[in-house]
Amino acid sequence: MSTVHAAKGVSSGATEVPERPFLSVENLSVKFPTEDGLVQAVDGVSLTIEQGKTLAIVGESGSGKSVTAQAIMGLIDRRTARMSGQVWLDGQELMGLPMPDLQAIRGSQIAMIFQDPMSSLHPFYRIGDQIIEAIRVHRSVSKKQARKETIDMLRRVGIPAVERRVDDFPHQLSGGMRQRVMIAMALINSPRLLIADEPTTALDVTVQAQIMELIASIQDEFKITVILITHDLGVVADVADEVAVMYGGRVVERATTAALYLKPEMPYTLGLLSSIPRMDKEMDRLDPIPGNPPSPINLPKGCVFQPRCAYWERVPDDLCKTTRPELLATVPDHMVRCHLEPEVRREISASVLSVLSGGRS
Amino acid sequence: MTDAGKEVLEVSNLRTYFPVRSRGVLPRTIGQVKAVDGVDLAVGPGETLGLVGESGSGKTTVARSVLMLVRPTSGSVKIEGQEITRLSQRDLAPVRRKAAMIFQDPYNALNPRHTVGGIISAPFKIQKIEPEGGVKRAVQTLMERVGLNPEHYNRYPNEFSGGQRQRIGIARAVALRPKLIVCDEPVSALDVSIQAQILNLLRDLQHEFGISYLFVAHDLAVVRQISHRVAVMYLGHMMETASRKVLYSQPLHPYTHSLLSAVPIPDPARQRERNRILLEGDLPSPINPPSGCVFRTRCFQAQERCAVEIPPLVEVAPGHKVACHFPIATVPKSVVTEHQAHELAPVEGVPVPPAGPDRVVPA
Repeated sequence: MSTVHAAKGVSSGATEVPERPFLSVENLSVKFPTEDGLVQAVDGVSLTIEQGKTLAIVGESGSGKSVTAQAIMGLIDRRTARMSGQVWLDGQELMGLPMPDLQAIRGSQIAMIFQDPMSSLHPFYRIGDQIIEAIRVHRSVSKKQARKETIDMLRRVGIPAVERRVDDFPHQLSGGMRQRVMIAMALINSPRLLIADEPTTALDVTVQAQIMELIASIQDEFKITVILITHDLGVVADVADEVAVMYGGRVVERATTAALYLKPEMPYTLGLLSSIPRMDKEMDRLDPIPGNPPSPINLPKGCVFQPRCAYWERVPDDLCKTTRPELLATVPDHMVRCHLEPEVRREISASVLSVLSGGRS
Repeated sequence: MTDAGKEVLEVSNLRTYFPVRSRGVLPRTIGQVKAVDGVDLAVGPGETLGLVGESGSGKTTVARSVLMLVRPTSGSVKIEGQEITRLSQRDLAPVRRKAAMIFQDPYNALNPRHTVGGIISAPFKIQKIEPEGGVKRAVQTLMERVGLNPEHYNRYPNEFSGGQRQRIGIARAVALRPKLIVCDEPVSALDVSIQAQILNLLRDLQHEFGISYLFVAHDLAVVRQISHRVAVMYLGHMMETASRKVLYSQPLHPYTHSLLSAVPIPDPARQRERNRILLEGDLPSPINPPSGCVFRTRCFQAQERCAVEIPPLVEVAPGHKVACHFPIATVPKSVVTEHQAHELAPVEGVPVPPAGPDRVVPA
């Protein structure tokens, strides 16, 4: 695993100063009108990543993490969804681009891998032909050249007996192998941003370890910026530089990975950390967050987490129920969306973490 | 635990094979998937045995075979001492009063056309049991006990979230106060905050009613949280069984080592210091498993002997069994590096783990 955490950042050099970071998502909102009402899937999300870094977006089902990723990728149907906000990739705004321009960027500048490889592999076509097509859509190279590149990339992602496997159909491969094929297809045009939406959730742990190792080494080699969407706080701890925690369509906490685990401040983040069983510790009892996540059709008026929060009564005037908290810096590089006073939050956090660290290993 | 008569569940030499048939008008059996191939296990009263393994390891087939949802090919399954493999469906009915099951997918395990009340009262009706105070009252007490609102008696499953549906499944399973519940991945479809609620509930019910669990899961952290003892399966075979404490701190089988090292822990500083054993390749086909030890094709310890001789499951210390010719006895898991793992001297014969400082539990 040493390759994963060895300085992953690309040195930005002395040449300054682009106005925006490599990727900047600004005040992104996505709403879907449905029969039951307006689904507020993403509600004012802002994110930034520097080139070559890994940003993890963590959240449970319905938190809006996948919709955020799809919006960055331009995969949300603009005819049905109501979207606002901006997505800047290396100085270019993507949300306002006409479809053909966006399609040119998608697959070459930005690529995405999904939880289920079968959703991005066509079952009727040989895997090699699908990757060759991905090359020839974006670049004018001969079929022969494209096939050579395909075989090289499949070998690079660890497909055994490539010359034979390249003409296999997707169903002939195991889940881990399909995931590798999808990664090969995503990387074939050397994208600069890779969005990985739960890339290992459907895989066994030993295969997950292989795939995460592969993504990390490819990221190093090609200097790719990665957005990792996941619910697994173990995977985040393993590979992310920065973390954004999402809940109810909003980013509720953003910090460097170390700060998020050592000094989390948002009660939801604390609740998540207390909920996970630990492979490395023996704990008497888990301390789960009570209740269920809010409905995205009817989000609470104030803080989205208030109905499940144990501490909202410590804020005067029912502020948590009435007023939406903003995502504010608590210390540099650490933003929290919570009405509690910073000192109170840190006090709560310290006591929760001391209980957590009490487990026997 | 040694007194065989006291076990709630006792499985010995269980084999469940599925025939592979050729296509065509007259299908012939052309092979067999050896999903479970000679498994022994036992669950004591009030105990949880965690059964872990990756997809294709046969853990779910064990769970289903134990309750005769799949008829085993051979072997013995005893529930409270009663042999059940040869019982007819009719004779199994009283057994099902003692042993229930909780399924993975709370969306498919409940009939969408039945109300919650109907679902939870089904066991009473099928077994023709009239609880004191009537079925409805018993069901509502159960609903309350598992954290559901008893007023929702007449609602349908689609009105509930995944976590609540799993609670419905749990209420149905505990309705007749079974001695044993087989849980097949009961929390793997749930979000972490809900998963923790369900794990706590299962544990509370165990204490309250003295239920034994056979808890099948792929998530090693979940299994550590709930189990008293843990059994590790690979390709239809049992690799290692031990108490929870020993399995996580002093594993012997190379496969257990690799599994434990593959799970990232939610602690960035420690996670990035750990060294990982990366297994090569995928699970071999269970139609044509490797000769000798089934794990040898991916094992970093494998030697010639492993291809020839099937390692028996041997008790190396009280309660700790391992099936390996070359177990890794001396190095705690988080200290094993990929590099070292290859260099480890094989432990001849049957190692007894020393309790010395070199077996110190990794911090």
